[in-house]
Amino acid sequence: MASDALLFYLFGGVTVLGALAVVTQRNPVYSVLSIIASFFGLAGLYVLLEAPFVAVAQIIIYAGAIMVLFLFTVMLLNATREDAAEWDRSHPLYRPFAVRVGGVLAVLLALQLGWALSRTSGLGVPIDLDRPAVSSVQELGRVLFTDYMFAFEVTSILIIAAMVGAVILARKRDE
Amino acid sequence: MPLGHYLVLSGLLFAIGTAGVFLRRNLITLLLSVELMLNAVNLAFVAFGRQWGAVDGQIITFFVMTVAAAEAAVGLALVIGLFRHRESLNPEAFTSLKW
Repeated sequence: MASDALLFYLFGGVTVLGALAVVTQRNPVYSVLSIIASFFGLAGLYVLLEAPFVAVAQIIIYAGAIMVLFLFTVMLLNATREDAAEWDRSHPLYRPFAVRVGGVLAVLLALQLGWALSRTSGLGVPIDLDRPAVSSVQELGRVLFTDYMFAFEVTSILIIAAMVGAVILARKRDE
Repeated sequence: MPLGHYLVLSGLLFAIGTAGVFLRRNLITLLLSVELMLNAVNLAFVAFGRQWGAVDGQIITFFVMTVAAAEAAVGLALVIGLFRHRESLNPEAFTSLKW
């Protein structure tokens, strides 16, 4: 039980620190690498929650595919550095009103989430370990292809649309 | 671990992602912050699914991942297109409808 808590705080710490690094790094390459670290922490949390398939999908799909796409884009655009003047100009502390309003909104959202959580009852109850976790891939597949069949099929249309859209948007116009 | 711990962590991640969207002025970092917010929601779904012994939380996580992949592909294509026109990743460079 104690090791469970230790692992939770370890993975949670990695996740939060990675997320903070994403937002505070000025080099987008470091941001992408930090978010990958954050995703590995999340994968650990999914293992703790007895959802191993989600953990593996998190690493393969998110860290392996989506973030590589991000890295390719950053390097393709050669945008690995924001120039210093741009950074000074756009840093929230140096900027006037508009961005500070954004910061206030972000803080308000965090406060609101905390407030909502603090008013919810039953949060201190440990997750019921006697109740069996649904972690078999077989069960996942059964539900996915029966109850969620329609959503699954619609997803394939979404992917096709995104693929065509991405190809057309990124195409070089040679007139 | 109590469910509340996971929810607090999820809320924290979501808040960090929101702060990134509001505060950063780099299109790539904005998209990364959106990914963070999606992952915060995923964590909440999986935690609730574990709490109630239901499989739906994990299933919805897969759908969120799919949407995130589609969003990243289209978003990055847009970023590439915009960068070709303006040689900049600052959203404030893209203020005109036509040029």
